[in-house]
Amino acid sequence: MAAGTTTRPAAVTADQAPRAGLLGGSAGRGGGLLLLLGLVVLAMALSVAVGARSIGLGTVWQALTDSTLTSDEAVIVRELRVPRTVLGVLVGLALGAGGALMQGHTRNPLGDPGLLGVAAGASFAVVLAITLLGVGSPAEYVWFAFGGALLGSIVVFAIGSRGRGGATPVNLALAGTALTYLLYALVRAVLISDQQTLDSFRFWVVGALAGRDADVAWQVGPFIAVGLVLALVNSPALNTLALGEDVARGLGQRIWLARGTGIAGITLLTGAATAACGPIAFVGLVVPHVARSLTGPDHRWLVPYAALLGAALLLVADVIGRVVVRPGELQVGIVLALVGAPFFIALIRRRRLAAL
Amino acid sequence: MTATQVTPRSGTPEPPQRHPEERPRRVLRAGPLSATYRRRQLTVPVVVLALLVLVSALSIGRGDYPIALTDVLRTMVGLGDPAAEFIVLELRAPRVVVGVLVGIALGLSGALVQTFARNPLASPDVLGVTQGASVGAVAVLALGGGSSAAAGLLGGAGLPLAALVGALATAALVVLLAWRTGIDGYRLVLVGIGISAICTALTDWLLVRADIAEATAAYVWITGSLNARGWDQALPLTLALAVLLPAALVLSRTLGALQFGDDTARSLGIRVTGSQALVLLVAVALAAAAVAAAGPIQFVALVVPQIAVRLTGGSRPPLLASALLGALLVVGADLVARTVLPVALPVGIVTAVLGAPYLIWLLVSRRSRVR
Repeated sequence: MAAGTTTRPAAVTADQAPRAGLLGGSAGRGGGLLLLLGLVVLAMALSVAVGARSIGLGTVWQALTDSTLTSDEAVIVRELRVPRTVLGVLVGLALGAGGALMQGHTRNPLGDPGLLGVAAGASFAVVLAITLLGVGSPAEYVWFAFGGALLGSIVVFAIGSRGRGGATPVNLALAGTALTYLLYALVRAVLISDQQTLDSFRFWVVGALAGRDADVAWQVGPFIAVGLVLALVNSPALNTLALGEDVARGLGQRIWLARGTGIAGITLLTGAATAACGPIAFVGLVVPHVARSLTGPDHRWLVPYAALLGAALLLVADVIGRVVVRPGELQVGIVLALVGAPFFIALIRRRRLAAL
Repeated sequence: MTATQVTPRSGTPEPPQRHPEERPRRVLRAGPLSATYRRRQLTVPVVVLALLVLVSALSIGRGDYPIALTDVLRTMVGLGDPAAEFIVLELRAPRVVVGVLVGIALGLSGALVQTFARNPLASPDVLGVTQGASVGAVAVLALGGGSSAAAGLLGGAGLPLAALVGALATAALVVLLAWRTGIDGYRLVLVGIGISAICTALTDWLLVRADIAEATAAYVWITGSLNARGWDQALPLTLALAVLLPAALVLSRTLGALQFGDDTARSLGIRVTGSQALVLLVAVALAAAAVAAAGPIQFVALVVPQIAVRLTGGSRPPLLASALLGALLVVGADLVARTVLPVALPVGIVTAVLGAPYLIWLLVSRRSRVR
């Protein structure tokens, strides 16, 4: 039963999984959202203060408020830490919201944003840029990666919508998987025959916030902002779509509009995030599950929760990566998986699952 | 024996969602025994098997010393001249045999996991088999493989052994962590995501800190390749399949009941937890054996069951057709990799390049069904 998750989600969930989340009622969820916001702010403060050289929060405050200060610490804060933190928040928000949107549309727990061919398209474009044009630094990859991500998802959508029944989730997921494998195969073909490209690419593909200057945040910021708006607009429709397309149509939902908005949002969010720091699959895959265990299946809450959780998780992982192998750094993509995955598994084991 | 048509809704319980275009089943009766089948469930494996023999013979014939197709076929049944026999049986057949066995194992494993998890995106990768094997193998290549002392200690057996241990340990960890009173497919998939992410991160980390020559070697391995594979790999794989293939086919009946959900299966008299554990064990062992022999050849376990179910019709990936299609894809991809392409690439790249467009074509052609 290939499409079991799409057509009969109740099969495994009915008796074992409660539909409600940990937080009940609008007040509880609203409070939780504020708490999460506080968590993100705390993580931002940590991210600015902690690093190869620890800087007290007082000094950070001075550096931020008084732009005439030119001490080493002030320069580190303004030139390195703040841009990196801002980028971390943007990318975390984007990956979390994009993941929630993707899982909502595909109704599949394996639905990470990479499914739409975004990460594969970006990787392919970056490899081509390195090997053909000799582009050398992460900041220069941004536009290639973003272009590749957009093209990837457009091709997946074109293939998926030509399948039987149009752009259904299963069609999109399979088309995305097929294109992803095809592009990664081509990427590997290049990497195996060209050592120099592999040497640059292996550092990009793990996903990192380091080495991106302030311009990168300005370049991807607008796309992420538009994507976040689309995600929030799209989330009520996801609730009706979860009842099945026929019921949703009966309730007056315009299916193509809802799907189109969602796909545009996913593409913008994950495309921009991947362009900025390389393919970080883990956030989009895992954060929505954590958020769902807090909020239950209501997407109007789930999407903002996932976005904030994504930002907090990414920042904390980045900070941990700076601390564990001082004075070196562990890339954020690696830390995320090593720290986040055990936590994720513990959560799955402890709680009864709020299934899709 | 008579063959008559019955309508899809009669007799045994059907999945709740049946497609209106479901092909009719035929009934085979022999005295007190009877079985239902669809014509395509028989024709597809036969056609694929014929293609597999043809492609294997073609693959054996191609090389620096080309041998005609008819000579290869004659040698395969024991009627060839000694020179051809040496080249065919000693030099070229082992590689093709490994390809066939790996393909069978991967196709079968994919069909088992996708039926079990009721998810078209599931594959043995979800259980962490591939990622665990990759960690084991890349660790050997990146940490010890370069230095001569470790290489001598581990010898030729080190890499496959590390991969096998990595694959089995990871899958065992996934199943253990997902186990509560039984195995819930949904929880299994989620735990698998988590463990796989850890393994991928470890592999990436090893690749980043390795020097570039070791990283390239590791990259070739994690792409999956049949280069320099011979009887040494074929023998253990044959033994594994001799046990696992019959086991999988026996499990087929149970799987048919399990796909209706645990409660229905239980009421049909299936010991749900026991048979689930058995299905997982067989699927993991198949995938681990294949990965240890040839590295994680991409895409086969994922795409082959989906292609098979679209070719045969039916409500779940057919086991036999998946196994044969897997073998055909691997051997065909290896043939393309060795002969058509200007540079020799690992077979794992070509399986994806051949398999992905075919899956896309199946998706967009209107005859196909979405499952």
